Amino acid sequence: MTTTPLAVRADRAWWRVPQRHVPVLATFVLLLVMYGVGVSQYRAFSNIQVIFNIFIDNGFLLVVAVGMTFVILTGGIDLSVGSVVALTAMVSASLLRDGLDPALVLVIALLIGPTLGLAMGCVIHFFDIQPFIVTLAGMFFARGLCTWISSTSIPITDGFWTSAAQERIRIGENFVSVSVLIALAVVAVAAIALAYTRLGRNVYAIGGNPQSALLMGLPVGRTKIAVYTISGLCSAIGGILLSFYTLSGAPLIAVGMELDVIAAVVIGGTLLTGGSGYVFGTVLGVLVLGVIQTLITFDGTLSSWWTKIVIGALLFAFILLQRLVGIRKK
Amino acid sequence: MSTVKARLAPVTGHRLFWPLVMLVVLLVANTVYRPSFLSVELKNGHLYGSLIDIVRLSAPLILVALGMSLVIATGGIDLSVGSVVAVSGAVACLYISEQPDQNSLGGVFTALALAFGIALLLGAWNGVLVAVIGIQPIIATLILMVAGRGLAQLITSGQIITINSEPYKTIGVGHLLTLPFAIIIALVVTVIVAVLTRRTALGMIIESVGGNAEASRLAGVRSRRITLLVYVVSAACAAIAGFMMTANVSSADGNAAGLWVELDAILAVVIGGTSLAGGRFFLSGTIVGALIIQTLTTSVYAMNIDPQTALLFKAVVVIAVCLIQAPAFRARFRRRKSLAPPPAPTAEKQKEQVPA
Repeated sequence: MTTTPLAVRADRAWWRVPQRHVPVLATFVLLLVMYGVGVSQYRAFSNIQVIFNIFIDNGFLLVVAVGMTFVILTGGIDLSVGSVVALTAMVSASLLRDGLDPALVLVIALLIGPTLGLAMGCVIHFFDIQPFIVTLAGMFFARGLCTWISSTSIPITDGFWTSAAQERIRIGENFVSVSVLIALAVVAVAAIALAYTRLGRNVYAIGGNPQSALLMGLPVGRTKIAVYTISGLCSAIGGILLSFYTLSGAPLIAVGMELDVIAAVVIGGTLLTGGSGYVFGTVLGVLVLGVIQTLITFDGTLSSWWTKIVIGALLFAFILLQRLVGIRKK
Repeated sequence: MSTVKARLAPVTGHRLFWPLVMLVVLLVANTVYRPSFLSVELKNGHLYGSLIDIVRLSAPLILVALGMSLVIATGGIDLSVGSVVAVSGAVACLYISEQPDQNSLGGVFTALALAFGIALLLGAWNGVLVAVIGIQPIIATLILMVAGRGLAQLITSGQIITINSEPYKTIGVGHLLTLPFAIIIALVVTVIVAVLTRRTALGMIIESVGGNAEASRLAGVRSRRITLLVYVVSAACAAIAGFMMTANVSSADGNAAGLWVELDAILAVVIGGTSLAGGRFFLSGTIVGALIIQTLTTSVYAMNIDPQTALLFKAVVVIAVCLIQAPAFRARFRRRKSLAPPPAPTAEKQKEQVPA
């Protein structure tokens, strides 16, 4: 809540900036302030590796949040992401345990998410049922499948997986993991797709006003189904990254992740009504969550639940800001 | 065949028909699996049996879903009920645990009043965000859903508070007039809500706000006040559910209490035929929906299936009920039937009529 005046100040000082950029800029300013606080309080915080670690720890979250950005931009919501992430990790772990070829496992695991997303998108579009309910059912379904596969955690010992998990790519004195590069690649592809392709324009148009989009002759149905498929694909990639990170598949992993993802997207300045927002904002939103966690870890005296309270407060501040910007537009 | 169909039309067309069919199917499946399922017996002046258990365990869900129905009727949604459940349970248990005599009635009532008051404040916070500031309900309540869970853990210091208080325990597992106390509380709240909304104009006003808030404001309804009210009522219902849930286990766990109850409550409301778009609400449908969810959970436990795997069944039931109720799905189904050669539809029809 303390961030509201700051955010408003950013809004006034940058009044020449197009209003649709204001939420993203506010997030950026907040991120810089939080990082500055960290650097001024803890000497070790200024180490570049801290930033890299935020990416390493949140790579999977970033990928899933990018998929969610597509869905939210069309005015929908996807609650199934956390379960699909868990399901992907679970399926890869169990198939690897059965001795399947890693390449084949990768393909199968990457197909689950999009298939489920496609199915949910079709139900949402053809039968006109609210995305909230359909993806909620998808969430239950995927989570149920996880436990059905195994009720306990399955470790991954496969050579390809462990080497992907432990590989350190050196950048000067510091390092990142393979997951970070994959996550950044996904971000780049998604940003280009949203900004410069027909699909991207359709997504914004549908989020802005589905009725007008339909009257303009845009393929509303196809785009809607596509965004849920994209979100499913991103969740599947996120699941693979998570299995790299934890080197196991556990049935109860990533429970409640959809909330973190939605929070990151909203903090990143994407409007939940759809039609306005950027992938770059989502990246900033994920980083904000990552910096909060790092700050709490560095402090050491704050308990983990403060993360939730701070995220709630930030959500409040950003939604208020979006609201203020929205009023001015009128 | 056609006359039977014509006669059955008002029955099958009723909005409670498919949910009730689903409930009956679940009960029949349970009875087939375990014939003693339907038996209810009287021991020490208390009623016991699987059916009673199902109703007792669904009492908290019914309460939360009642509040949720009203919120959804205004076109909103309340994701924070799970957190309110956790906070109210945590506050009540914390207060009782600090009493010198945990069994004193006065202490328990103070604890309940305190927790209830805090829940009302949380509800009012939601209401102000939605009605006054004009934030989308799903987001406004998402804030409290995330932060409230942290708040509950803050109150319990991240630990599970265990209490040993007979009067508090009564809320969850006690009996009154042969019936479990929880059922009576749920019944009383249901009657109060039903009378207030259906015997006065309040229900219609809530529906009109859901239909078109601006139009009803112009027609003289204080839309904002009504919207604020439903969130407060929803939080109040969640608080009572929180007392029940924590009393059931005589402990408050800020992390796990009421986890996912908001999703179950929304499901119960939707299964009961209330559209998430708002403008209408059916309390009877909501109660049937809550009973379906609890019956499903209980039968899965009874059949020794992993509780998490039970989610698979829940997903199938949700999609089935929602599809059957979706106008688009029905229209598609009907069109396909009329296109198909005549023998095919009669076969379909017979299948349809079996459960009736």
